[in-house]
Amino acid sequence: MTDLFTAEKIAFFVFAVPLVASAIGVVVARSPMYAAMSLVAAFFFMAGVYVLLSAHLIAVLQILVYAGAVMVLFLFVIMLLSLGDERPELERLKQMQWLGFVLGGGGLMALLAWISREVAGAQMATVGPDFGTVKAVGRVLFTQYLLPFEATSLLLTVAIVGAVVVAKERI
Amino acid sequence: MSTVPLQWYLLLAAILFGIGLVGVLIKRNALVVMMCVELMLNAANLTFLAFSRQQGNVGGHAIAFFVIAVAAAEAAVGLAIVIAIYRTRGSVNVDEARELREEG
Repeated sequence: MTDLFTAEKIAFFVFAVPLVASAIGVVVARSPMYAAMSLVAAFFFMAGVYVLLSAHLIAVLQILVYAGAVMVLFLFVIMLLSLGDERPELERLKQMQWLGFVLGGGGLMALLAWISREVAGAQMATVGPDFGTVKAVGRVLFTQYLLPFEATSLLLTVAIVGAVVVAKERI
Repeated sequence: MSTVPLQWYLLLAAILFGIGLVGVLIKRNALVVMMCVELMLNAANLTFLAFSRQQGNVGGHAIAFFVIAVAAAEAAVGLAIVIAIYRTRGSVNVDEARELREEG
């Protein structure tokens, strides 16, 4: 029973419970602004879970890129468009939406059941202190994943040019 | 073993993915739909990192890095499209933007 309440497991729940709560907040929020704020909170808690997985570099990137850059972009657009709250009668009209809701929920339940059955008792590998650091991940990125890494820079360039072309009224 | 089992991380990722999926299906605001897609991408990232930790192989971290980069690119282009749609129709409701849909 003492095994159930080690510091790491308590830390997991400290991050996981608010993470799920703020993720639900994204979906139930009426105003897009509240949804965006919930998502920022969810990203912060997610970074905490990443640290528990010894993914230090990815946790920092999560804060910098997601909670920083991407969410600021979202907030800019929300404020630029000055959208009102969603009207509930327009929001949930289609039967297809409820069908999708049921199918999505059913698929999720099947996935949860499968995970509880198949992955139970899987042990974590013991890793050294440099697992997931900038050095370790950088070495993999620049050796084994060099081509995808370079392709990512090309992708980001294409995305910048594409965003400008699409969003600008007149070039 | 005092570490958090792999199963817990996978269950957390599945729950987050489900929340994101439900959000994509029931929300009609294009911006909120994109936020829910970001949530689903994060759940996938969590799965990559959990298995990476379980195997003791740092390759999953590289994949998570690429997922973050692609998500940033997707957000930039997607938001530009949302702005363009808002400019032409004055609404970001995803149900109203179906000009390309077949009639009938």
